[in-house]
Amino acid sequence: MAVVRRRSSLPQAPSFTRADVEALGRENQEPTWLLERRLEAWQRYIDTPMPYMEEEWRRTDYRHIRWSEADRLAHANGLTAGVVPGKNLEPLTGDEQGGLLVFVDGKVTQFELSDKLTQQGLIFTDLRSAVRDHEELVKAHLMTRAVTPADGKFAALHAALWNYGVFVYVPRNTVVELPLHVVCYNTSAGAGFGHVLVVLEDNAQATMQVEYASRHNNEQSAYIGATELIVGAASNLRYVSLQDWNRETFEFSHQRGVVGRDAELDWVNGVMGSRLTKAFIEVDAVGTGANARVSGFFFADRGQFFDLDTQQNHNAPLTNTDLLFKGAARDDARTLWQGMIKSLPEMQRIDGYQVCRNLMLSDEARMDSVPGLEIEADDVACSHAATFGTLEEEPIYYLMSRGITRPQAELMIIEGFFDELLQRVPFERVRQRLMDEIEAKIIG
Amino acid sequence: MVATLEIRNLHASVEGDESLILRGVDLTVKQGEIHALMGPNGSGKSTLANVLMGNPAYEVHEGTVLLDGEDVLDMEPDERSRAGLFLAFQYPVAIPGVTVANFLRHAINARMKAEDPDSKGIPIPKFARMMREKMSQLHIDHAFAGRYLNEGFSGGEKKRAEVLQMAVLEPRIAVLDETDSGLDIDALRIVADGVNSLTGPQMGALVITHYQRMLNYIKPDYVHVMYDGRLVESGGPALALELEEKGYEWIREKHLAQLEV
Repeated sequence: MAVVRRRSSLPQAPSFTRADVEALGRENQEPTWLLERRLEAWQRYIDTPMPYMEEEWRRTDYRHIRWSEADRLAHANGLTAGVVPGKNLEPLTGDEQGGLLVFVDGKVTQFELSDKLTQQGLIFTDLRSAVRDHEELVKAHLMTRAVTPADGKFAALHAALWNYGVFVYVPRNTVVELPLHVVCYNTSAGAGFGHVLVVLEDNAQATMQVEYASRHNNEQSAYIGATELIVGAASNLRYVSLQDWNRETFEFSHQRGVVGRDAELDWVNGVMGSRLTKAFIEVDAVGTGANARVSGFFFADRGQFFDLDTQQNHNAPLTNTDLLFKGAARDDARTLWQGMIKSLPEMQRIDGYQVCRNLMLSDEARMDSVPGLEIEADDVACSHAATFGTLEEEPIYYLMSRGITRPQAELMIIEGFFDELLQRVPFERVRQRLMDEIEAKIIG
Repeated sequence: MVATLEIRNLHASVEGDESLILRGVDLTVKQGEIHALMGPNGSGKSTLANVLMGNPAYEVHEGTVLLDGEDVLDMEPDERSRAGLFLAFQYPVAIPGVTVANFLRHAINARMKAEDPDSKGIPIPKFARMMREKMSQLHIDHAFAGRYLNEGFSGGEKKRAEVLQMAVLEPRIAVLDETDSGLDIDALRIVADGVNSLTGPQMGALVITHYQRMLNYIKPDYVHVMYDGRLVESGGPALALELEEKGYEWIREKHLAQLEV
């Protein structure tokens, strides 16, 4: 069981000011409504204390963040996509990208979009340009339906200060075959406020992957991000997010999928990097018959702390959510998964499932899982589970009895543990890369 | 050269437990020979199999095991395997997420790397061809290769998977630990056919079984009876038939009588 630690001091707050918000609005020549929203969110941020003892936060100690480094706003530094590791830029399938958008330190450094997708009416662009070029669409969806400033202190801060991001809009009856690929890469320390806004209108389909990574830095960074996935009726979105921040990054993110009638969201979330990650990952099944599959894998080592808070909200009858997280921890790393399935009283015939499977690879590592249900309807099928295991001698011996060395046997068993999860990543090439990254973590 | 497995005065127990299960086993198995090892439950047959393979759950107190003069007890299980020893497990463990094919490719590559550290391993097309051949030979559906190792396998599938591994790894000396247990007569025939297709001058086998019925299909050259951690009777195929007819009781009586002398 998790232990409540006594805290002698409250978390420090970053030193952002209202002037930073105003400067951002001016610099981007943003429309009035956006600046007003930013300022409203800022006020909410100011009125909300730094979280530390609320249920979602009481196991999360982030007081070691040095805001003096992590709250510096990034500035254009003239770098190009050339600084991004090749593995992040590789096409997801074949040799053709449907769309590729690369940010370096929050600035667009590469943009590609196949003509075919443009002709289909797909919008795939950076969020600042979208505010200018697709103002009404952005206004209707940006932090209004999925993540909102009311979601928490960091959601409000993000709403006030988001400074880069991607906007995807798939019109009705449009099937986007080629995957969309976004890379957010940072070279300098400081604060980043990235936003992903994906909107699928009714009966649309798309596949997308967003990667977050940063170069090693001795100074700290904060990533205060938001992801909004809005899936219209009978639409289908496959979404993969891979996070591999450097070891001095603290991530505080809010991510939410909103799934409409008979729609499907297949969401895979991988967490490998950062020093500390506090991510709220939620799905709202808002239309009758909505389906969401949420998969997560994480592997923490050397002082990392991953805290993944998931919530499956059944806000409509006949909805189905299926959540599977699998994680490993070695060295002195810590992980925490807190899950919740919620339904309103009149939401009958729902099916919610959540499970987190933990593999502990050292005695010093600590993994906690706290599943939860708040079901007010009675005709439901909801279940949850958490399992904890270690590397056992019996399977290692079995593999070794076939000539496989002990390190290789351990590697195979750990990779086998993750295989079920990685099979949910729709790109073979990415699966292979993730295997390599897991292998690198195991070998240390 | 004919490979020889020599077991001398072997004493062993469960790790951390002083009470001996093996109390002085002597046995020599040569490449090309089939030895059957029979005996009542609890006599130490499976312990012998596991000690030979190096199961860390067991502890050797005394004695030697040599393969071609090399000290097997000094080797890790993987080294024993690469030296030519194989154990078909009585209860093969499931390895979720690792396919049969992936597993066997790693097993082959481990052998190649042990011989040549620069080896790139077996080329995938060559490996796939070899797997198809071996699976056909053992009447195994080719889809088997893509399944997670032993996960959700029926009893018969597990035993066939063990025999497939033996076919792919081509050991010089194989120990089959109750490979007949839990099989119906059809499955038993398939598994036995598989074993028979692999034995011959290139492989020696120690076939551990509680029942004689396995030996209707796999014809041993020698039959040994284990009782209370020792081999107390050895003979030709006729010994197995005698056991089938008379049960193990006479072994017990004879052995107790010997102790009293």
